[in-house]
Amino acid sequence: MREPVERARAVAAAIPDPELPVVTLGDLGILRDVRHTPDGGIEVLITPTYSGCPAMDAIRDDLRRALPGVTVTTVLSPPWTTDWITEEGRRKLREHGISPPGRAVMVALTVRCPRCGSPRTRLVSRYSSTACKAHYVCRECLEPFDHVKEI
Amino acid sequence: MIEALEIGDDCLVLSQRLSEWVTRAPTLEEDIALANLSLDLLGQARALLSRAGDEDELAYLRDPEGFRNCLLVEQPNGDFAHTVVRHLLYTAFLHALYTRHPDDEVAAKGVKELAYHRDYAALWTVRLGRGTEESHRRMAAALEALWPFTDELFEGRPGLREPWAAHVSRALDTAGLAMPAHAPQRSGGRRGEHTEHLAELLRELQGLHREHLGASW
Repeated sequence: MREPVERARAVAAAIPDPELPVVTLGDLGILRDVRHTPDGGIEVLITPTYSGCPAMDAIRDDLRRALPGVTVTTVLSPPWTTDWITEEGRRKLREHGISPPGRAVMVALTVRCPRCGSPRTRLVSRYSSTACKAHYVCRECLEPFDHVKEI
Repeated sequence: MIEALEIGDDCLVLSQRLSEWVTRAPTLEEDIALANLSLDLLGQARALLSRAGDEDELAYLRDPEGFRNCLLVEQPNGDFAHTVVRHLLYTAFLHALYTRHPDDEVAAKGVKELAYHRDYAALWTVRLGRGTEESHRRMAAALEALWPFTDELFEGRPGLREPWAAHVSRALDTAGLAMPAHAPQRSGGRRGEHTEHLAELLRELQGLHREHLGASW
């Protein structure tokens, strides 16, 4: 049988993100740590993508529901970066029509259309349905799509 | 460390101003962009005000004299040009301030967000400055109206004006706009001496909470 901390980590990591439910807290890299507290309990550390991320309350609630009795702590440092999104997370985003981020140290990489794969895309707005996404449109297949922007 | 009350109030008040655009922005894309900018600042405000005390009490129960925000952020949205110029002038300052505090966790996170804010404001400055005669005229008028609130940003904060001026003048040059010369300056926000606009902003921000103490959704 696995350690309680490892079990809790697996449960927490598998919780879907409330705003991007195709990916999990683990995929996004917003689950920072799961550890024992001095009094024998378990503490889950999470970090917001953006300072004002409105999903944090829902994430805390989801964690407490899935892991009754845990302490949920929000940490700001080190600041979240899209580089923490796992390969698995990137694949799931692409499969669901959301263009995954490039590397955060940006050399203005081409954003490819997640539908047809064309690099001929155009930025419509740097802000989209959530703080962490920008809005693009494909010039090839004309599909509008979201891109998780590098930060 | 960042001055929690002063910068927390800047972020809260500017966040509230930007949120006033929601459902009223020129296009749907800008509506969403402005809401996201507002949200970033609200998150930073909450983190900073929580350091200064109870965030809800500080946001909802202080009178205007208790607020320590600079006068620039409380100025009304005006037309879109005023909102763009205010954002250009303020976010260039906040980005410079955050850059100087890499060990402060709010600043270290916020600086990445502010980089997008600065770009957003600079892009619109260029677009409107070089757009039509009308958009250029409105940008020049907004600069004229808001420039008097810029000196206050640097009071007691040496070393920030240079990076600020470099960013702002680059955007204005590209936009074909000139920095206003000899504008008389105003200050007092950091001492609680505000323009009449803050009271009106707070009436909307605090109205519900003050009328129905403890109300929840």
